[in-house]
Amino acid sequence: MSTATSSLPRTIAAHAVLLAYTAIALFPVVIIVVNSFKSRNAIFRSPLAPPTTETFDLIGYTTVLNQGDFFLYFQNSFIVTVMSLFFVLLFGAMAAFALSEYRFRGNSLMGLYLALGIMIPIRLGTVAILQLMVASGLVNTLTALILVYTAQGLPLAVFILSEFMKQVSDDLKNAGRIDGLSEYRIFFRLVLPLVRPAMATVAVFTMIPIWNDLWFPLILAPSEATKTITLGAQLFIGQYVTNWNAVLAALSLAILPVLILYLIFSRQLIRGITSGAVK
Amino acid sequence: MATEAKKPIRWHVAVFLAPALLVYTAVMIIPLFGTLQLSLFSAEGQGRVFAGLDNFRTLFFDPRWSASFWNALWNNTWFFIIHMLVQNPIGIVLAALLSSPKLRFSAFYRTAIFIPTILSFVIVGFAWKLILSPLWGVAPNLLDLVGLKSLFTPWLGKEQYALTTLGLISVWQFIGIPMMLIYAALLSIPDEVIEAAECDGVTGMAQFWKIKLPLILPAIGIISILTFVGNFNAFDLIYSAQGALAGPNFSTDILGTFLYRTFFGFQLQIGDPYMGSTIASMMFFIILAGVCLYLFTVQTRLRRYQF
Repeated sequence: MSTATSSLPRTIAAHAVLLAYTAIALFPVVIIVVNSFKSRNAIFRSPLAPPTTETFDLIGYTTVLNQGDFFLYFQNSFIVTVMSLFFVLLFGAMAAFALSEYRFRGNSLMGLYLALGIMIPIRLGTVAILQLMVASGLVNTLTALILVYTAQGLPLAVFILSEFMKQVSDDLKNAGRIDGLSEYRIFFRLVLPLVRPAMATVAVFTMIPIWNDLWFPLILAPSEATKTITLGAQLFIGQYVTNWNAVLAALSLAILPVLILYLIFSRQLIRGITSGAVK
Repeated sequence: MATEAKKPIRWHVAVFLAPALLVYTAVMIIPLFGTLQLSLFSAEGQGRVFAGLDNFRTLFFDPRWSASFWNALWNNTWFFIIHMLVQNPIGIVLAALLSSPKLRFSAFYRTAIFIPTILSFVIVGFAWKLILSPLWGVAPNLLDLVGLKSLFTPWLGKEQYALTTLGLISVWQFIGIPMMLIYAALLSIPDEVIEAAECDGVTGMAQFWKIKLPLILPAIGIISILTFVGNFNAFDLIYSAQGALAGPNFSTDILGTFLYRTFFGFQLQIGDPYMGSTIASMMFFIILAGVCLYLFTVQTRLRRYQF
């Protein structure tokens, strides 16, 4: 098709630029992870060298795992992320279905109302959110975080999912209605399975900011029992800032879970973006 | 409509909408308005009194407040300018290269370049702080390799460089988003359009400038407004790298860290929810103004092409 645009020098140049940028993108991550496996002396003497049998040392990891409650923090982050994700996907899909399937008065106004939250960050309401959580006794509970993240994730979820639900064939739904399926069954049995790829895209977009958020855990749930891994790592690093082994190990431990999640979902994410998120 | 009135109430529509509307309204919309409302009050003994626009007057004109506010606002603007000047052009170049046909390993490049975007600010902030630290020789050693060691200074520790350095770190982290969105936009250009251009002899750079760039302008517009909202709401990176005092000497203070310090208090000051709300309200108005400006001027003028 385009022989003119993919001549050899051009291809080499493209690879050179992309490789150079890949190095820039990965360098800090690699250097942190590599050095986390080295002894303190080696970290300072040869920061760019990979660990050898002489310099290999797990002291940083043992410090982190003994001192900090990393497993608890990890568990908190996990609960908050999974629960918020569940509610965002369920409530978001339900609302998206109502908006895209039924004509009712105020339909488009409702869509606009829900879409407002895409542009206006929930963080600006923090002062009043804290008062609300204090008043309802939810401060320092994971519930507070789940509520906030659900509200934060809903606008984008409704927006993307309703785009996809409009593409589900009407014939299928009407056939279901003729067979006597209730509207709820049509939604759960027919429509939800069909928009599963879109749900995965929404899941990735929703999950990353929740897992990484520092603001709301810092404000709504800073107690020892409810710290998330992001907040825990932040405080741990602040406290042990001179213990480089421990800091590097803590950073590596915090990188790992997101990295795994991303590698699992990345193909789905790209498919989702290319098939409609920008349109 | 007459026919509609006879139909029974469709409860399922309400059931489908209710949970999302309830959570969204209770936790997002009402607190947003609550914050706007709080900015009109000020503390008076144990209670609060209606203060009208006094808080805003204090923020703009009281010398103790206005210097910090204008400093944070200017820093925030510069932070945004760095993103627009560096992040978006590099993102477009990367996306253009990635989308060239028959490029091998493009999935690998895409994944690798996107990885910083999924990392938390805490990791990013500290990783760069360590790398740029004069204590740990990574950055000076690397510069030494290319013979530029004399350029090294503690970039995060000097007032004149710190904010720009943080801006570039933030660009490093978020480059994946413009890259992905523009990549998707480039992929959605139909082959016929490109073929037609090639038949007319428009190839290479000319093809990019004359054919592809106009077609991806809407995507660039969306990225710009997302960057704007994200930047004027930023907090985590500065807080992780420089602390709540946004050192050195407040040179990296942006509206997010200013809001945090004002609301919760930090070392030198005690927390003030009313002034905190005032700052949050100003951020709200700035973001709202930006979004409206975008929707009414840029968005309406962008030509969209239907294929």
